[in-house]
Amino acid sequence: MRPLFGPAPLLPGFRLALGCALVYLSLLVLLPLSGLAFKASQLTVAEFWAIASGERALASYRVTFGASLLAASINTVFGLIVAWILVRYSFPGKRLIDALVDLPFALPTAVAGITLATLYAGNGWIGRYLEPLGLKIAFAPPGIVVALTFIGLPFVVRTLQPVIEDIEPEVEEAAASLGASRLQTFVRVLWPALLPALVTGFTLAFSRSIGEYGSVIFIAGNMPLISEITPLLIISKLEQYDVVGATALAVVMLIISFVMLFVVNGLQWWAATRHGARAAGGARR
Amino acid sequence: MSDAALRRANAEPRWLRHLLLAVGLGFLFIFLLLPLLAVFTEAFSAGWRAYLRALQDDEARSAVGLTLLVAVLVLPLNVCFGVAAAWAITKFDFRGKSLLITLIDLPFAVSPVVVGLVFLLIFGAQGLFGPWLAANGIKIVFALPAIVLVTMFITLPFVARELIPLMEAQGKEEEEAAVSLGAPGWQMFRRVTLPNIRWGLLYGVILANARAMGEFGAVSVVSGHIRGETNTLPLHVEILYNEYNAVGAFASASVLALLALVTLAAKAIVEWRMRRETRMLTANLAAEQN
Repeated sequence: MRPLFGPAPLLPGFRLALGCALVYLSLLVLLPLSGLAFKASQLTVAEFWAIASGERALASYRVTFGASLLAASINTVFGLIVAWILVRYSFPGKRLIDALVDLPFALPTAVAGITLATLYAGNGWIGRYLEPLGLKIAFAPPGIVVALTFIGLPFVVRTLQPVIEDIEPEVEEAAASLGASRLQTFVRVLWPALLPALVTGFTLAFSRSIGEYGSVIFIAGNMPLISEITPLLIISKLEQYDVVGATALAVVMLIISFVMLFVVNGLQWWAATRHGARAAGGARR
Repeated sequence: MSDAALRRANAEPRWLRHLLLAVGLGFLFIFLLLPLLAVFTEAFSAGWRAYLRALQDDEARSAVGLTLLVAVLVLPLNVCFGVAAAWAITKFDFRGKSLLITLIDLPFAVSPVVVGLVFLLIFGAQGLFGPWLAANGIKIVFALPAIVLVTMFITLPFVARELIPLMEAQGKEEEEAAVSLGAPGWQMFRRVTLPNIRWGLLYGVILANARAMGEFGAVSVVSGHIRGETNTLPLHVEILYNEYNAVGAFASASVLALLALVTLAAKAIVEWRMRRETRMLTANLAAEQN
């Protein structure tokens, strides 16, 4: 296979590299995923629909999406503040704190799960102050939101940081010297620049949360219809040897994953073109 | 307006600055620092002796061994794939390139539980190849091969994703120069490409390693939780925790938390090296231009 357009390349190894990559990707990802599709295709549409829209399944979508949406929103608000103070302000221990932001990426989810459950349980460091107020976090739906907030924390911060670093101080100075108040500068100048990254970070955190399993199951309480997430429902169907039911739900989750992947790709393209337009504008100036 | 007045207008008022700092740092304290402290506090809650006893337990040691074995098996394959994919994508033009990049991202988007299920459907007793495998006495599911396969799936994007932007930015002039001077392909790769990408490669390996050793959901579906045989360290944590053995669970969890801290430190060092090399490169370029 030669590259399909342009002159013949000077560099070696195209066939070997692309061939290896395609074989690896096909054997490991595409073939197994089509196995799932094959298994699901043995169901009729009516059967599939009956499983995918069963009472317990619908409740699990509600829990999964509701908690993911809430957690991603919390992360968007606090992630913006964290990214802002990490880029703009100086305070002792800043580099350490900056490195620590990636902890949720590095800490195995099972560890996060048992730790958060212990912290927010009635006798835990945090739970003991919340329980007397009537706030039950661990082993209840709010626990899912806490776990997903932890898991999604780095996404918004890490997406926003480079964007805030790239904002030239001259732009804000120009706004200020034209008489804009700090609030006006934020709303009119900074917000439009930050918006694409905020939306991208939100979406990344959200799509990671939907599939999350390890950190949630320890803190959720896992009551059917109330605090059961969809990945857990798949597992409990498997444990009851209901492979068909598990497959149908897995197909639903896989379709959602594909949609999220394309949304994220589209958002990154949007952010890049906006960024590019700004850069081009800068070059013209 | 004077410079000082501009700077003042350009910064948040003092009260707002303090408020933002308090809210941001408070959030990080509650969501990052407290959990980290809690892991170690719980692990040592019954003292050093109980901690060490929990880690010297046979099942804990076999879990550590299996976790290391899986990482050792998965990472070299992941590196080969990452380098091959990045080489094809960044040094050549071909149709379907952006589709290939999207496909490389796919494992990040799929729920770990679904990944586990997919391999169960293929290699499990009721799976596509299940009867054939059983007839030939080959064990994949509930054994090491399936744990390795799901870990390969989960970690697939890490090295490739680090290398693609890096090699894209570096362009192909250096390699082309090496080839036109008569260097054979392997020599060009070892002398030119590898030194250029080594930090990015290491960065990807660090991230992939953390994920490979810590993966829970996908491994838990295909491992079968056979004690002393197919339990990785994260699964061992789960089993002890569900048996109300908090000290044991958090002792093993503290090993994984330590691994996470080492990962963060290694990541910070590599980031620092990469920044320094970029700075040196730009400085050299500027010096040449003058």
